[in-house]
Amino acid sequence: MASKAPRHEMPVQDPKVRVTNFQEVALGYDEETAIAEAQRCLKCARPRCVEGCPVHVAIPDFIEAVALADLDEAARRLKARTSLPAICGRVCPQENQCEGKCVLGIKGEPVAIGRLERFVADWDREQPQKPVELPAKNGKKVGIIGAGPAGLACAGDLAKLGYDVTIFEALHTPGGVLMYGIPEFRLPKAIVQHEINSIREMGVHIEVDAIVGKLYDIQELHEEEGFDAFFVGTGAGLPHFMNIPGENLNGVYSANEFLTRSNLMKAYDFPHNATPIKVGKRAAIIGGGNVAMDAARTALRLGAEESYIVYRRSKEEIPARAEELEHAIEEGVQLKLLSSPIAYTGDENDVITGMVMQKYELGEPDASGRRRPIAIEGETEEMPIDTVIVAIGQGPNPILTENTPGLELNSRGNIVANDEGQTSLPYVFAGGDIVTGAATVIKAMGAGKDAAAAIDAYLKAQA
Amino acid sequence: MGEQGFFEEEGVSVYKIVDYKHLGGATHELVVEAPRLAKKAKAGQFLIVRMGEGEERIPLTIADHDADKGTVTIVIQALGHSTQKLVTLRPGDEIADVVGPLGKASEIEKYGTVVIVGGGVGIAPIYPIARDLKKAGNRVIAIIGAKTKDLLFWQDKLAAAVDEVRVATDDGSVGHKGFVTDLLADACDNEGVDIVWAIGPMIMMYNCVKVTKARGIRSVVSMNPVMIDGTGMCGGCRVRVGDETKFACVDGPEFDGDLIDFDLAMKRSRFMRDLEAEAVERDHECTIGLNHKEGESK
Repeated sequence: MASKAPRHEMPVQDPKVRVTNFQEVALGYDEETAIAEAQRCLKCARPRCVEGCPVHVAIPDFIEAVALADLDEAARRLKARTSLPAICGRVCPQENQCEGKCVLGIKGEPVAIGRLERFVADWDREQPQKPVELPAKNGKKVGIIGAGPAGLACAGDLAKLGYDVTIFEALHTPGGVLMYGIPEFRLPKAIVQHEINSIREMGVHIEVDAIVGKLYDIQELHEEEGFDAFFVGTGAGLPHFMNIPGENLNGVYSANEFLTRSNLMKAYDFPHNATPIKVGKRAAIIGGGNVAMDAARTALRLGAEESYIVYRRSKEEIPARAEELEHAIEEGVQLKLLSSPIAYTGDENDVITGMVMQKYELGEPDASGRRRPIAIEGETEEMPIDTVIVAIGQGPNPILTENTPGLELNSRGNIVANDEGQTSLPYVFAGGDIVTGAATVIKAMGAGKDAAAAIDAYLKAQA
Repeated sequence: MGEQGFFEEEGVSVYKIVDYKHLGGATHELVVEAPRLAKKAKAGQFLIVRMGEGEERIPLTIADHDADKGTVTIVIQALGHSTQKLVTLRPGDEIADVVGPLGKASEIEKYGTVVIVGGGVGIAPIYPIARDLKKAGNRVIAIIGAKTKDLLFWQDKLAAAVDEVRVATDDGSVGHKGFVTDLLADACDNEGVDIVWAIGPMIMMYNCVKVTKARGIRSVVSMNPVMIDGTGMCGGCRVRVGDETKFACVDGPEFDGDLIDFDLAMKRSRFMRDLEAEAVERDHECTIGLNHKEGESK
């Protein structure tokens, strides 16, 4: 039986080489490998992988087409449920989703669903693009706030239903976290641009530099400019800090600032690109998520000699994608576990020179099922450091929510929305990180798609 | 232009320069067509410009806004790579991105007697605030200062908007010989001042706050720290205000002067200066070279 074959590795750039460049680390399957990997799939009658996918992609169906070398059909089946397959194939935490549920994973290794998704999407992108067939415009206008994964997915689906869609994006480039947050070496920007172009080809207008809550307001757009409904997908853009002594010293960045300088403003190519970035010899990244891994690996590529992940729990609990952690370690990122900073020290110019960490041990599992870190009283460690990147999470950006009267928020400042994404303002829907708090690209995309269906139902009921 | 074309499409705004003036020294005025921004802007807010692909996002206080003409005015002190390039733009040229209005507006209300201090390039942003404070029924005294007479600007424009303009120059070429703080102390001692606004170089704002604090007068200062997005996303613009860390872009840019940690703010503003100098250095090499590739922003 084909499933006895081991899972196929994906070729990657050599760690010693890739740590000196910003090109994509993972190189993707070739067709032969993809077909062989696809043939491992058992085609379960009740596929658990589909349950594990936040947007319920028909995984065995698209994999079956790959196994039969019918890539055109595979792409069609894949794209029926996801708008951003080339992106999700690269950034989804598959081990906690589809692959985590794969039956083959119980005794051996699951089918490499993410790698196959990536392969099919990449193949499809290289094919001559078929003109998009769009229905006649239905005369209804929908405004989408934020051109990140949630907003783009929502826009694409609404355009396919005949709506006149405008996306308002605060930055100078659409893409949201896909552009400013995730580095080129993990998600090439040309792929993001391709996805955005496809959405534009569906007739979606994207207005950049357009901050809703400042330049525009929702009520005004509704009453004066004829927008019938809105989708808010403004994400989790406000970086959290720990409020510990020395956190405002020079050389202490939020991960957002560090990554935005490097990714969006291309500071890695300074001074050819005008935005500078400063990385010292020893960088400490606080946190253990994907953003922390991205920052740690970016620091090495920008010339740091040592890059540390400083994390309160043990390696087992690190929440980043398994592949990112593995790649980071291969590249020389070091783990400083069971540790968390309690203070930073600086020189006479207020430039950071050191970090004091509290040491932890693991106690009983907490509500998340992970063992709770408990501070070991009196046990601290000092470490000389010249760059700190705080990657402990982000909260909701307040600009739109503060300036939209009647929009109900929870105590954390996230928008309150029902299962359909509808908010306390009936014509305003919301989804993605602005509702759930910081989550994943795929969940945001799923929320955008669900909201598109709900907006369609809402506007049809209004008519 | 490289990959910029990817994001260009029909209907993307371009922002046209409609007026330019050299105000003296390194200081230049640009008037930019941005109708919706002009309509929405309020005194005290700022905007961000980006000249094109590969360029920085530059935060600048809105020095004037005219809803009828659909224009905003920015005053730029051209000291770094990006600002030097920005001030080469002339009427008819375009800026790729103009984003705003950003930050919270000044708290304009009737206070009584208000002194508003503008130092150097800070003379520009005090104008809309002074004008609106006057309209709100305050008695407004503007104090402006520069190193020398040639570096002063907008004296007449301010004079038309407020009750009185007092001038200081370091060399005494016009007005009081000395600092704006001398005139501020004098006004605070003699005019029954209720509140003071001070906008200018960090050290000037720090010294103005020393004057007002000693006399128990409330002060407002406008912070212009390093920032990237201007929408609360990067946190680069952190300022220490009393016991709290605030983001100048969304919580400010104006703060209670008594509470600002100026020492930290000054040190933070200097952190990337060596790299900025490197960028300027490179510009000079570039313009000497034959392959001058900066055509996209003219």
